[in-house]
Amino acid sequence: MSGDNENQVRNEVRAWLEENWDPNTGLIEWRDKLADSGWGVPHWPEQWYGRGLPVAFNPVIDTEFERIGAVGVAKIGIRMLAAATLLDCANDDQKSRFLRRMLTGEDTWCQLFSEPGSGSDLAGATTRADRDGDNWIINGQKVWTTSAHHAEWGLLLARTDWDAPKHQGLSFFILDMRQDAIEVQPLKQMNGHASFNQVFFTDAHVPPENLVSTIGNGWNVAMTTLAHERRGADALRRWGKVSDRPGRIYDEERAEVATVMEPYKWYPQRAGRVDLVWPRAIETGRISDPTVRQEVAKLLMLSRTAEWTAQRARAAQEQGRPQGPEGSLGKLASSHVARAAAKVHTLIGGADALLKGADGALNGTIAEILLSVPATSIAGGTDEIQRNIISERVLQMAKEPRMDGGPFRDVPKNPTRER
Amino acid sequence: MQFSFTDEQAQFRAVVQRFARDKSPTTEVRRLMQTGEGFDREVWRGMCEDLGLAGLHVPEAYGGAGFGFVEVGIVVEELGRSLLCSPYFGSSILATSAILHAASEAQKQALLPSLVSGKKIACLALAEASGQWNCASIELTAAQSGDGFVLNGRKNFVLDGHVADVVIVAARKPGTSGLEGIGLFVVDGTASGLQRRALDTIDETRKLAELSFNEVSAQALNDTGDAAAAITRTLDDGAIALANEMVGGAQALLDCVVEYAQIRMQFGRVIGSFQAVKHKCAEMLLDVELAKSAAYYAAQARAENDPEVSALASLAKATTADAYMRTAIESIQLHGGIGFTWDHDTHLWYKRAKSSEVLLDDPSYHRERYIALQEALA
Repeated sequence: MSGDNENQVRNEVRAWLEENWDPNTGLIEWRDKLADSGWGVPHWPEQWYGRGLPVAFNPVIDTEFERIGAVGVAKIGIRMLAAATLLDCANDDQKSRFLRRMLTGEDTWCQLFSEPGSGSDLAGATTRADRDGDNWIINGQKVWTTSAHHAEWGLLLARTDWDAPKHQGLSFFILDMRQDAIEVQPLKQMNGHASFNQVFFTDAHVPPENLVSTIGNGWNVAMTTLAHERRGADALRRWGKVSDRPGRIYDEERAEVATVMEPYKWYPQRAGRVDLVWPRAIETGRISDPTVRQEVAKLLMLSRTAEWTAQRARAAQEQGRPQGPEGSLGKLASSHVARAAAKVHTLIGGADALLKGADGALNGTIAEILLSVPATSIAGGTDEIQRNIISERVLQMAKEPRMDGGPFRDVPKNPTRER
Repeated sequence: MQFSFTDEQAQFRAVVQRFARDKSPTTEVRRLMQTGEGFDREVWRGMCEDLGLAGLHVPEAYGGAGFGFVEVGIVVEELGRSLLCSPYFGSSILATSAILHAASEAQKQALLPSLVSGKKIACLALAEASGQWNCASIELTAAQSGDGFVLNGRKNFVLDGHVADVVIVAARKPGTSGLEGIGLFVVDGTASGLQRRALDTIDETRKLAELSFNEVSAQALNDTGDAAAAITRTLDDGAIALANEMVGGAQALLDCVVEYAQIRMQFGRVIGSFQAVKHKCAEMLLDVELAKSAAYYAAQARAENDPEVSALASLAKATTADAYMRTAIESIQLHGGIGFTWDHDTHLWYKRAKSSEVLLDDPSYHRERYIALQEALA
């Protein structure tokens, strides 16, 4: 990008913000303006609420928004994954019906992919979409669905052809969550929180105009969503940041963010809270124990080298070099860090590791670490799947022979659980 | 802090890598490890004269190239990858660093040019029978005698001590203990009263010697400053260089075992298609990449004179030593029976991993030192 272009964009967005930004506007009203102007999603096409600018300009535009304190479009949560998916894969009718209300935050979305019988093997989904005239009838069960209890819409991956091979029998739908045929139940986790839901479909309806892409192309559409999810995962913490300025629009934004971020409040603990290890070791006096010293050193060294490895990957990317192996390793490294951290927190805590809540160390934070860390090596792709990806894509090793070819009907499956 | 190599550094790596690959196939490593000297004088001449490696981090005023520790890291990583047998680590890193950190201007002028040109080889005699690389454990004495000193005692585990023309010796004033009275001294390799014995090392690619000093005349390096601090800085340099050497070797092992897993057939499949094998390889890759991050970061910190450099040296040494050993153990394991044979090359790297783990103190020592340094900062 040339300096001239960058300055031009900066001046344009600055002028527009100076003329239009008003912290006393309502949140939706303001975002409607953003959608009309294209400054909310400048990298989207002009036809769809954007300005067709290269993504590289986004930081410049974000800076101008921050400078004046302007609120952006509803970026947080599943909503933005849904928006990116529809922008890539939906038809114009669907885009015009859904995209604007995603950007304004009027609609909440959820992602209906994982099932009790298909976790790592997402393409093994057995939730069915059957024809009923022009309509589709949905039956089955989804799980690990964030926000399902208050979402208006869902992105649904369901099987439409049981005779096709596994990946080719899936279709992708936009599902209206506000129907009696859908039952949403919170799913309580081992750490006591309930951040996700189970969703049951008993003859739920999807009209024909809510099929995304073509029948049988659902897997490819879902992969688009997952690619956006992986890209966005780093940004989750940043998304959760809100302005502490006074004003109506900020109040509304804070309320929105609080709702969306609520399920993620224990996420820092699942990563192991390495930041607490040194202060805890000093505070408790455990740092004088030679075993504690060795284990703390191992953890701090591991954590620092994992961070440097991520920085090496970023540096290569910024220089436009092909990403080295270090880029695929972050998730696996974070599992090791989280486990090592839980072990060290236990070592430091001693008998305190028996207690949680107000009785526990740091008002229960240490207990929450110990009970949340197991999620790190499972969520978003298990360590085992990561090792497959690393060995096959980075080390170019041979694939494990598969047992799931041929018509999906004949592929061995998990028994369906009774509710 | 820089997290990638420049184009110039990448080109430099390619040159060193090509040299090491050409001069040090494992047939050559095996030939040299059976010889008394343990290296090829002609290859050493090429490293010093043609590539200028011995003086890479030596200032130009003393005949060196004036580069920093990132370039040194690149050299040792490539030497570690190919197990090239040479006095580079003992002479160009340890002894040269000691001179750079401790010697007077006149001594640097006198000693460094011949080490840079490769005409002479030096060694650093620090550890003794107790096998520790630190000042407190030094017992060898240096007593004043006229203008010079007289050394008495014994040094052990001296890298390249069997061939060194110049011996840099850490000693203490008689009657002192701890960090008090420590000095660095220079002794001619042919000095009378100096006896050397080559030791029988499990890593035959890296020769160690025992040096006995019986009334040996020596000159003091560092007649002005704090020798204990100079020794600490020298050991930090050594740990950082050794860490970078180790990641080269670990990468070589990983490359070798992944390649083998792609061709070795059992149960009608290549063994690399079994998750039991490929998951191990994925973990090895993670281990090696984390170790590289530690080694590269420490080298960069040394190049920038980062105040945390001692802690980072220990972090790098501990991290890479553990990773190298794990990689070596798993490499032999995944090769199966053939990995345990003398004719297969894996044991050469396994032994280098073991000697690197212990040399300049083991991972537990460096973890303890890291924590102690963190406490000192707090």
